[in-house]
Amino acid sequence: MLVIDDLRARVEGKDILNGVDLVVPTGEVHALMGPNGSGKSTLSYVLSGREGYEVTGGTATFDGVDLLSIPPEERAAAGLFLAFQYPVELPGVGNANFLRTALNAVRRQRGEPELDAVRFLKLARAATKRLSMSDEMLKRNVNVGFSGGEKKRNEVLQMGILQPKLAILDETDSGLDIDALKIVSEGVNALRGPDFSALVITHYQRLLDYIVPDRVHVLVRGRIVRSGGPELARELETTGYAAAEAEAA
Amino acid sequence: MPAVPQTLDTVQSVTQSGYKWGFSTDIDMEIAPKGLSEDTIRLISARKEEPEWLLEWRLQAFAAWRQMAEPHWGKLHYAPIDYQDIHYYAAPKRSAGPHNLDEVDPALLATYEKLGIPLKERAILAGVQGTEAAEEERQQVAVDAVFDSVSVATTFRESLAKAGVIFCPISAAVREYPELVRSYLGSVVPQGDNFFAALNSAVFTDGSFVFVPKGVRCPMELSTYFRINARNSGQFERTLIIAEDGATVSYLEGCTAPQRDENQLHAAVVELVALEGAFIKYSTVQNWYPGDAEGRGGIYNFVTKRGECRGARSRISWTQVETGSAITWKYPSCILRGDGSVGEFYSVAVTTNRQQADTGTKMIHLGANTSSTIISKGISAGHSNNTYRGLVRVGPRARGARNHTECDSLLIGEHCGAHTVPYIESRNPTARLEHEATTSKIAEDQLFYCRQRGLSEEDAVGLIVNGFCKDVLKELPMEFAVEAQKLLALSLEGSVG
Repeated sequence: MLVIDDLRARVEGKDILNGVDLVVPTGEVHALMGPNGSGKSTLSYVLSGREGYEVTGGTATFDGVDLLSIPPEERAAAGLFLAFQYPVELPGVGNANFLRTALNAVRRQRGEPELDAVRFLKLARAATKRLSMSDEMLKRNVNVGFSGGEKKRNEVLQMGILQPKLAILDETDSGLDIDALKIVSEGVNALRGPDFSALVITHYQRLLDYIVPDRVHVLVRGRIVRSGGPELARELETTGYAAAEAEAA
Repeated sequence: MPAVPQTLDTVQSVTQSGYKWGFSTDIDMEIAPKGLSEDTIRLISARKEEPEWLLEWRLQAFAAWRQMAEPHWGKLHYAPIDYQDIHYYAAPKRSAGPHNLDEVDPALLATYEKLGIPLKERAILAGVQGTEAAEEERQQVAVDAVFDSVSVATTFRESLAKAGVIFCPISAAVREYPELVRSYLGSVVPQGDNFFAALNSAVFTDGSFVFVPKGVRCPMELSTYFRINARNSGQFERTLIIAEDGATVSYLEGCTAPQRDENQLHAAVVELVALEGAFIKYSTVQNWYPGDAEGRGGIYNFVTKRGECRGARSRISWTQVETGSAITWKYPSCILRGDGSVGEFYSVAVTTNRQQADTGTKMIHLGANTSSTIISKGISAGHSNNTYRGLVRVGPRARGARNHTECDSLLIGEHCGAHTVPYIESRNPTARLEHEATTSKIAEDQLFYCRQRGLSEEDAVGLIVNGFCKDVLKELPMEFAVEAQKLLALSLEGSVG
């Protein structure tokens, strides 16, 4: 269970999160919506531990682990996965090699045995198949020369292989055509279960037709101003964020 | 070659310091008095029981050296070297020359074992399996181990001899194959070629000699391991490799030194001769002691390496992974004399702390339709400086010469420097020369991306750096590529953050 309590954070001297309260119970998928600049990406970076995001108050725990006190790699080992809004290119680093290194790093931190190349490849091939992706994806360098859609699919592939307990998807739907959107959604839905929770950050309601959330939250100026069921997303689609913003002001 | 991937692990457990090869061996040494004079040279020559012509050759080199000034065109800064304050000869006492492994001082064997080169095991293996088995086993590597001034052991000499390949210390070659040595020594790097080559020619003590006769493909990787142990001593090894018509050989050198506060001088010369259709692949994993974080100590590495593609369609390929030395001054070069000959230079140079590297290559196109490829990857961290300096020269007769050069620099941190100094001279209008250069930094977003996936910061740097170097590492013999990858990661340990 992810518990965020009065979380405050600052970037380059500017307050971005102004007391976020949010609980995502285990097994649930929550959507986080909000206008540009409301702090959605900042929240994902603060939770995953990116440098330059200064926490000025509040707490964030996942399954009782104080996320804010440990480095990013330990948060990953605790089961947190961030699907990046802008996945990063790693020239010369093969996707399969990267994923195996990552998976084994996580397994090592958890005290689990590492996977050899053969067993990993079997697992990775199964994941590509599940996500209707080609094995070719594993042979290429991490995100190098990938189209925007391929990069997002690669994030979902990584998520499928690393099997996190908590996934944060930061606008994974942006820039995707409808086919890619379906693949990405299937990737998330395939992981849904009693031990998996997700925070899906999105700007549009469209993604939530495919990943139906248990709860929807609206973030405005660094605070959750409204929460509700899936219908809230549809309501926002018609009314926009103006009403919510007015409420926050 | 099962030993190499374990080398680093073995050695890591030996010392706790940043440089894992920094131990010294307490061994009874015969050391010449400090200083360089004709007497020193006569002493070295006498110890080596050399013929008169070689002594004369050395003295000529010394006379030339005395007329020369130390070159200072490199982007390198260091305190003046006192050439009279160095021991020019240091040898473990029991080894008057090459001999079988049983006679080698056990302390010496232990040193090499610590370094991951179990000579004895391999020799035993060879003895048990017999030479034929050894030759079928392409994985095996013949090793020549040079400890300070002398070669202490060469493995697999006999099984190589069956194939017609000569692989032995150059001091032994001088005695056993004087005509071969005499006709090729200095034919690529003449005695007076440059200041450091002249110094080497005057005082070289040992090194490897390889001769692969016509049409022979050398049945195993050849390897030389250089170790500087003695205090205040220099290492001046000389390597000569000859591949006759249609011959093929792959050779690898590795080097380490103890951790000492003072600087030690290493001035080697390597000469390669490839005759018609021959191929020489020369790989280096250089890991001399680089000095400490404040720049104290470390090896001064002033090396002249040059290969000549003397015959048509011959090929010489240099691959180097340079992580050590306080100062590196090194330009492995190819003289492409034979028509259609090919020169290659693949380099990874890593500098951290206060290390300075000025390294690159020279491709001299003399013959028609000669081609060369240069791929250089420089990685700078800490307060280090890393310079690529390369020359591509096309002579008037080199019709259709081609060169492709790629120089990429990767910066880690805010205080290091990367410099690219290409020289291009073409005197033939049909030449096609390409030069590409990039400079990049390990970006914060790349590190964060890797860490978010569970990698530690150091593993992330290792992964990114190895990716950056992939085009070069894939040129190394496979067994050594693994070692080189680990070495890169180790060299950069702690350089981020």
